[in-house]
Amino acid sequence: MERRIRVIVAKPGLDGHDRGAKVIARALRDAGMEVIYTGLRQTPEQIVQAAIQEDADVVALSILSGAHNHLFPRVVELLREKGAGDILVFGGGVIPEEDIPYLKSKGIAEIFGPGTPTTTTVDFIKTHLKRE
Amino acid sequence: MNESDRLGKAVQDWDAKVEKSNAKFPERKARFVTGSNVTVNRLYTPLDIESQDHLEKVGLPGEFPYTRGVQSTMFRGRFWTMRQYAGFASAEESNARYKFLLAQGQTGLSVAFDLPTQIGYDSDHPLAAGEVGKVGVAIDSLADMEILFDGIPLDKVSTSMTINAPASVLLAMYIAVAEKQGVSADKLNGTIQNDILKEYVARGTYIYPPTPSMRLITDIFAFCAKEVQNWNTISISGYHIREAGSTAIQEVAFTLADGIAYVDAAIKAGLDVDEFAPRLSFFFNAHNDLFEEVAKFRAARRVWAHIMKDRFGAKNPKSWMLRFHTQTGGSTLTAQQPENNVVRVTIQALAAVLGGTQSLHTNSKDEALALPTEASVRIALRTQQILANESGVAETPDPLAGSYYVESLTNSIEEGVLAYIRRIDDLGGAVKAIEQGYIQQEIQDSAYAWQMDVEKNERIVVGLNKFQVKEDPPKGLLRVDPAVGEKQVEKIGALRAKRDGAATKAALEALKAAAMGTDNLMPPILAAVKTYATLGEICDVLRGVFGEYRPSVMF
Repeated sequence: MERRIRVIVAKPGLDGHDRGAKVIARALRDAGMEVIYTGLRQTPEQIVQAAIQEDADVVALSILSGAHNHLFPRVVELLREKGAGDILVFGGGVIPEEDIPYLKSKGIAEIFGPGTPTTTTVDFIKTHLKRE
Repeated sequence: MNESDRLGKAVQDWDAKVEKSNAKFPERKARFVTGSNVTVNRLYTPLDIESQDHLEKVGLPGEFPYTRGVQSTMFRGRFWTMRQYAGFASAEESNARYKFLLAQGQTGLSVAFDLPTQIGYDSDHPLAAGEVGKVGVAIDSLADMEILFDGIPLDKVSTSMTINAPASVLLAMYIAVAEKQGVSADKLNGTIQNDILKEYVARGTYIYPPTPSMRLITDIFAFCAKEVQNWNTISISGYHIREAGSTAIQEVAFTLADGIAYVDAAIKAGLDVDEFAPRLSFFFNAHNDLFEEVAKFRAARRVWAHIMKDRFGAKNPKSWMLRFHTQTGGSTLTAQQPENNVVRVTIQALAAVLGGTQSLHTNSKDEALALPTEASVRIALRTQQILANESGVAETPDPLAGSYYVESLTNSIEEGVLAYIRRIDDLGGAVKAIEQGYIQQEIQDSAYAWQMDVEKNERIVVGLNKFQVKEDPPKGLLRVDPAVGEKQVEKIGALRAKRDGAATKAALEALKAAAMGTDNLMPPILAAVKTYATLGEICDVLRGVFGEYRPSVMF
């Protein structure tokens, strides 16, 4: 039997807006993936620990507080340190367009802004999965 | 045949005729629904509201059950308070924005705090890294608060503060700043949000578990009843519940259920209902479905009036009145073609005014992208001023009363709300319903259903899933200087070195002792604040005694 894609949906930072994170989590589950949602206020360290512990293929980060430039790269950095650099990391939330090149240069595969259909995210995961 | 029978017959004939032509030229949809999925009939006539006792259900403005508004002349007396939520970066920058807004004709202040402040962390806490000054102003101690309100006479403005878990601390700082300005606490006007229950379900800036949180809240009720009589001690909020994805009915139902929990807690703490209830206030959202939103506000007032009078036996009419602030719906704004948001905000603001709001925040067009710039905040404020001065909608109270459709919608929202409140009562009240995840689950289901409707194009969002254009990335968005965090950390270090450390330590010890006992916590918090104890230090003392809330995670 084919192993299902395992996704950690995480909320780094202090903001409590997790409508988007929860909608994405449910949509990915409905698309047949195994999804774990971390809940609010997760540090990069906690997110990475969860990703490794759960043997995740994907880490989906959601943030609306404006601290993305500080927190997103840290997640990728820690994953690489732990030898889990092949986990696909992408993000979403209220993130200005001009921050996206920087985030991508730090290893965030994609940033999805407000209004992105959940099907776009599902397709993205299926076509960009790094782990076999 | 009497008039009603004749009308009934006419409507029947009309319907048959329409059905026939409908077979050839069908309506746009098989089923028409409101933004909250309430069925909208083809036609509303006097028959839809025939059975209701007008005086009992609708009544007159300023009279029980306040369906038509809490004041008798509403905006003929004075307009609603135009209050734009603002705050970012440092106290200095936010102070400048407040002075700008007051100069533009705004009539009240509304303070946005950054997330570390809202969660009771000082700017130098490790978890605050990257967050300082981002979504609001960073306040670490009384010293920041003094700068925030510098040159703003606190006896002349009313100030609303969006602060919940650490509400007592920020209120104490406000009282202390006023004192330094020579303004006594009984002269202060304003509101603290202080609504922890919706933090657990929708907004996320909780610190302590429910029981001690409810104590902090009822301590504020008791303290303000004696010392800060004109202060709105809580703003029971549906806004964030709606933003999290609830329907209009759920927004009102869960908010009023939270309200019931606060009143219950205060009565249990030994307060007389009429002593604190007149200072309870509410905060609702306004979305795009104009008539449903107006009906929502009307229904909310009617249901609350009955709750206070019938369920809690309040005698003072002021305890029966649901007074509320409105903010237009952040989640309805699109990042696509952001100019269109000006139109959305206008419709939503109109709903709030037609619904009889006491104060209003209109969102800025760029808020799906970033914090608003000064130019976009001005348009948002001007929208209110145009509604007030040019549209004519403020000239008579509750102008939609008597509309067959609006009265019917008001009734159906009321029924939906009462059904939810009964369900929550059965679960043991709002606190229990939250602990069991019931309210969160209901909201999440609605949020998901909405998203799927949009993705299937069953709901059209202009510019998002229809009428799209190719766009360049927006320019000129507001950016908070990342150096704010460093400056704030320096400031707090200097403060700790300069203050009378022994006095601070003694005040924090006294607070700890009070927290372990049953005394009202406001006086020791006020005393600690005056020694320049920081927000984080005060909240840490309470964390030590109360513990921290651990949510159960579900989706």
